[in-house]
Amino acid sequence: MLWNALNLAQREIRRNVLRSSLTTLGIIIGVSAVIIMVTLGNGATAAVTADIANLGSNLLTVMPGQRVGPGGASGGAKPFKQRDVELLRRDVTAVGAVAPLSSQGMSVVVGNKNRSISVTGTTNEYFVSGGWQLASGRFFNEGELRSGAAVCVVGETVRRELFGTLEILGERLRLRAVSCEVIGLLRSKGKNPFGMDRDDVVIMPVRTFQRRLSGSDDINQIQLSVLESVSTEKAQQDISRFMRERRRLSDGDNDDFSIMDQKELASTLSGTTRTLTALLAAIAAVSLLVGGIGIMNIMLVSVTERTREIGIRLAIGALERDVLTQFLVEAVVLSAFGGAIGVSFALVVSSLGAKALGLPWVVDVKIVLLALLFSAGVGVVFGFSPLGEPRASIQSTRCATSSGVAAIAPTAFQAVGVQCVNAM
Amino acid sequence: MSGSALIEFDKVRKIYGTGQAEVEALAGIDLQVREGEFVAVMGPSGSGKSTAMNILGCLDLPTSGAYRFRGVDVGALDRRQRALLRRYYLGFIFQGFNLLNRTSALENVELPLMYRGTPRVERHARARAALDSVGLLGWEHHTPNELSGGQAQRVAIARAIVAEPSVLFADEPTGNLDTARSQEIMDLLARFNRERGITILMVTHEPDMASYASRTIKFRDGQVESDERTH
Repeated sequence: MLWNALNLAQREIRRNVLRSSLTTLGIIIGVSAVIIMVTLGNGATAAVTADIANLGSNLLTVMPGQRVGPGGASGGAKPFKQRDVELLRRDVTAVGAVAPLSSQGMSVVVGNKNRSISVTGTTNEYFVSGGWQLASGRFFNEGELRSGAAVCVVGETVRRELFGTLEILGERLRLRAVSCEVIGLLRSKGKNPFGMDRDDVVIMPVRTFQRRLSGSDDINQIQLSVLESVSTEKAQQDISRFMRERRRLSDGDNDDFSIMDQKELASTLSGTTRTLTALLAAIAAVSLLVGGIGIMNIMLVSVTERTREIGIRLAIGALERDVLTQFLVEAVVLSAFGGAIGVSFALVVSSLGAKALGLPWVVDVKIVLLALLFSAGVGVVFGFSPLGEPRASIQSTRCATSSGVAAIAPTAFQAVGVQCVNAM
Repeated sequence: MSGSALIEFDKVRKIYGTGQAEVEALAGIDLQVREGEFVAVMGPSGSGKSTAMNILGCLDLPTSGAYRFRGVDVGALDRRQRALLRRYYLGFIFQGFNLLNRTSALENVELPLMYRGTPRVERHARARAALDSVGLLGWEHHTPNELSGGQAQRVAIARAIVAEPSVLFADEPTGNLDTARSQEIMDLLARFNRERGITILMVTHEPDMASYASRTIKFRDGQVESDERTH
């Protein structure tokens, strides 16, 4: 029975190459669009997630003022002082490295080249909390930190863009009126999840920065790492309590500082990527739907012929169930065929695309199955369309032209028979 | 069958529509056709002959009265059973041939056997034999587009008889053909009636064609106007 239906269906498919291949094409487009878009989106999310892991563990940043927009600190709040950093290190047990940070973008000159770079004054603890390592040279020594010596550690981008040479230790760069000796080169960290180049930095002792560049003893922010044994939330609470006390805020006052968890921020970003992936998937779903409508179109166009075919088959001894099974098998075979091609095509294209975009290739089996299932559903539903809605059209085409036994198709579908003979 | 009727109409009435729009297509007809008869059904359109043929072909049911096929009340069968009755006992020939497009003559003729589940080899052999019996050996692999009208109708006849039905219903089988072609078709039908004992019911408008039959039933206004045995 099923074998017979399969046999009938494959004959019918072979006989209608154009119709069959267009149907298959609709499914291929739908399936592959969904899989390609979702796979690339997943790759982007995975890339961002990998970046987050790269950020350094348990990094918190304390800034004066309430953060308003992303990264922006509102003015007016008291800046931190060196004393805050020392007391924080002493009183809050949950933190490991605590680094004061004063930074400013400024023009850095080497010979006849200059470049606008973020210059940061800090201590060696910054390298610890931020997970920086040296490519060559050394960090600051005690004497340099205490005296505010004109020395600096630079990032890979600075070396490439300003010096060009590989050996830069002992070279000098000029910041405003200060000539500064390069004592270390940082190992490259690449871009952060926000797209900023983390290697485009010049770092010097905080005292040097304050005395020779900013001219004040303000500290813009404090960067600290939380001890492994303590949760980030607990550390945030402790720091918050310490800061409120230190800045003499009474119970009703709002914080005039903010604590930022970089990881949290970055995961917000990866959330955004996921949203984008969902959006892409939605667009792809539309193309799946369009593919489905394409299939429906083809099926509807062939309806006149197929209703004739149904009539003939019923007349020569097919049961309605036989015809139904045949159409179902036809639709399933075409959908499965199209789905298989669509999936293979999508896998090839998405892996090439991921390579081209520098993203990891993350295939989501669930999405592949979903796309397949949906397209099969579309194929099957629309494949059945000649059996459903167009019944009404059988009577008009058939009854008008023929009489008697030839009116078999409508009479076989009983409901139609009545109107048919009335028309004659 | 012991001489009993193959087909029997017992006060068959068919009414279409309701109320004002009610039309009585068949006004209580009694009719018997015995095995092996060749019956021509004639009458103007609207005379009820089409309705009668639809009911005879188990495509429609009487409003009242009984249609018995080999003593079985068709009205008591469900749609599936009626379809099976068509599959195993009835063959149809249409005015418009109604072959499947892009499908070879052989495959068209094979189709009824496929629905009967006949094995491949036997199916091929019987389809070939049927084509041979209508004089189309050598044309197995031509599609309907590549056949003349007469040839197409002969393929349709081969398809109708391949499953060896008891009754063949023909609806103006020569309506689309010229005289020479028509005579060929009628000779074929007469031969199958004579040699294989297939009962034939044929709707026609042409007295020439009706003359091939052994009996002519004329319909008018839902009644049998005349019922004559010609030879």
